[in-house]
Amino acid sequence: MPERMLELRGISKRFPGVMALDGVSLEVAAGTVHAIVGENGAGKSTLMKILMGLYPQYQGEIRLQGRKMDHQSVKQALNGGISMIHQELTYVPHMTVAENIFLGKEPCYKLLKWIKGRDLHARTEALLHQAGMDLDPGRRMRDLSVAERQMVEIAKAISYDSRVIIMDEPTSAISEREAQRLFSMVADIKSSGSTVLYITHKLDEVFRLADEVTVLRDGHLVETCKVEETDTEQLVAMMVGRQLKDIFPKRTQDPGPEILAVKNLGRKGVFRDISFSLRRGEVLGIAGLMAAGRTEVVRCLFGLDPYDQGRIFIRNREVTIKSPADAIRLGLGFVSEDRAITGLIPCLSVRKNITLSNLNRCAWGPVIVPNRERQLADQTIADLSIKTTNGDQRVSTLSGGNQQKVVLGKALLGQPDILILDEPTRGIDVGAKSEIYKLIRALADAGKAIIMVSSDLGEILGMSDRIIVLHKGTISGRLRQEEASQEKIMKYALGSTRQ
Amino acid sequence: MIQGNDHSFADLLQKYGLIVAFLIICAVISLLSPAFLTVPNIVNVLRQISINAILAIGVTYVILTGGIDLSLGSIVAITGVLAATFAHPNTHPLIVPLLIGISGGILIGIFNGMVITRFKVAPFIATLGMMTIARGGALIISGGRPVSNLTDSFNFIGGGDLFGCPLPILILAGVFFFSYFILKNTTLGRYIYAVGGNEEAARASGINVTKTRITAYAICSGLAGLAGIIQASRITTGQPNAGISYELDAIAAVVIGGTSLAGGIGSVAGTVLGALIIGVINNGLDLLNVPSYYQQVVKGLIIIGAVILDREQGSK
Repeated sequence: MPERMLELRGISKRFPGVMALDGVSLEVAAGTVHAIVGENGAGKSTLMKILMGLYPQYQGEIRLQGRKMDHQSVKQALNGGISMIHQELTYVPHMTVAENIFLGKEPCYKLLKWIKGRDLHARTEALLHQAGMDLDPGRRMRDLSVAERQMVEIAKAISYDSRVIIMDEPTSAISEREAQRLFSMVADIKSSGSTVLYITHKLDEVFRLADEVTVLRDGHLVETCKVEETDTEQLVAMMVGRQLKDIFPKRTQDPGPEILAVKNLGRKGVFRDISFSLRRGEVLGIAGLMAAGRTEVVRCLFGLDPYDQGRIFIRNREVTIKSPADAIRLGLGFVSEDRAITGLIPCLSVRKNITLSNLNRCAWGPVIVPNRERQLADQTIADLSIKTTNGDQRVSTLSGGNQQKVVLGKALLGQPDILILDEPTRGIDVGAKSEIYKLIRALADAGKAIIMVSSDLGEILGMSDRIIVLHKGTISGRLRQEEASQEKIMKYALGSTRQ
Repeated sequence: MIQGNDHSFADLLQKYGLIVAFLIICAVISLLSPAFLTVPNIVNVLRQISINAILAIGVTYVILTGGIDLSLGSIVAITGVLAATFAHPNTHPLIVPLLIGISGGILIGIFNGMVITRFKVAPFIATLGMMTIARGGALIISGGRPVSNLTDSFNFIGGGDLFGCPLPILILAGVFFFSYFILKNTTLGRYIYAVGGNEEAARASGINVTKTRITAYAICSGLAGLAGIIQASRITTGQPNAGISYELDAIAAVVIGGTSLAGGIGSVAGTVLGALIIGVINNGLDLLNVPSYYQQVVKGLIIIGAVILDREQGSK
């Protein structure tokens, strides 16, 4: 039995309305790679943020090499020997590689905290050399490729003498060749006796890199096992859970006539040649990895970003969509991926958020009629069973699931024929999820056409009548519900375009 | 349950804390100086604050959208000079200088709004530029000299009484009710709050963010034009050097009134209360013969204190 590096005991973390982690206990040995898998919202990121000291308020105990860790800040976590390569890299773009690596711990003279420039450079060079990285310490971060920036982050982690390095989906934004280099670096870290916690949703990486794997689901630890003792199918079953079939309602109506056709839609440098059609009563799932261009496509469709190629037809008539106002007028509704950024006005009440897109329905000219507004909003609150004391409550005080229903309610109030849902269940409870699924299906059965972007493969498989898979901004695969499977979607998402 | 009660209690404090503070200040001053709670003195306070309160109401629109307007004082000067130029006896009817003053303000506001939305210049910078431009404009139009010899009817606006009440106070009341209605009961008002609360979400809701922001600047500067007319009328001259640092007093009233400089939260009722608090304290210190140098220090401390108090309540 190798030395025990990291020990988690009964880690729990509650957010308003959601139990993000519920009694997770885990042991990781020194010199191993431990993969952590799970769907979105399973609690992976929360667990890692606790380890990094980003959420000081949690229950449970963390031990590093037998020592109890009591870190309240990132700085303490770093000094304690834990560092993290973030999914979205965190660095100062205008600073050089050397300045970034030593940010916050610059070598300096005691007097006046004067930075020793030459020393900084030399130490960075030595560090990069030791890690086998061929990089000039004087280059600015903004001039590096994503993979190079990632290397810098790893060098930074090594510079802290970290015993535990957390990697959060490190290959999501880099090429296959760059990924190869990353893997060899992971192997180096491992052989130096440190431990890597490797978060991923690419199961092939688990089998390639990891010694052990832990599956999280809805904040619970489902199982920890050696990778030799498991296989993809078993992992998927553990990730998704067995109650899958019950939470996805079945379609009761046949799809109606075509309502939307997108032809060769493109946006320079983001996506191109996106063509698909959509019929009333249909749910079209859009799958793909992060940064594959899914959100970007639907944002263009809704007028949030401009498109520079292609044509859009709605009800067999060509249309141009330049702003969300145009899209709403044409019968589109949009529920965004990020409630906090594009979905809600946090400081306004539930009622005002619901009616925001459709004030003309409860106004007499430019003047809002309070009674009519209340009626409309209360109707939505009742229809979607939004749990709120009353419509005057600030929307930011609701739970994630209920906030999501407010965004959905706002979109529905415009009586859209085409509803775009971007990650409709991200960050909400299973209970709230199943309610949202029922709603989506009911809307489709009522004749609405639905586009659903999701990273949750279970959701894509369970809800979609048809699926398109994006890879690097193009459609890499199209699947009908009957022929779709997790493996096929994953294969297309990783870029295989055989069809 | 307990949380719910807590919440509404905090809300109550937030809503009425300012009124309570105002009443306490009034009570303290009236105890120290018997001259305070007399009708002439109260009317005097109201007249003194009217210009600042009108400017503050105007800039509330802008601050609610998450912007700022530093050009108000200069707009007061240029519109005052402009209006005065058209208010010499036996030239134009009264309506001409009024329209020119107000629409001059509105045009400047539209210009500010365009620079900010179309050219994506930060509001602080755009209106800082306008502060100098409008000041220069006022000096150019007037040739650097005060514009005097104005009609009696023009001078009546800032100096006359109607039903025994000074006209500026009545105008302030009108501006307040108008703005209260716009911000609370119209789609424009709702959009202003939405844009300030979360611009991206407002856009995704189909709101024309550009139009909303330009309108806010136009109303703000239009009201500054109105204030410029009142100012010129009250001193019976269009003064190119009028209104220096008025924008800061106006912003101070807005901040004391509980409106968030980040946008999305606040009201004109709070703003007027903020202007009243500043006015009452100035008046009280005058009555108590505190030298005016000290008054500035006190006003500054109140601004900082009000914001700290507001934050403390907000975080509970």
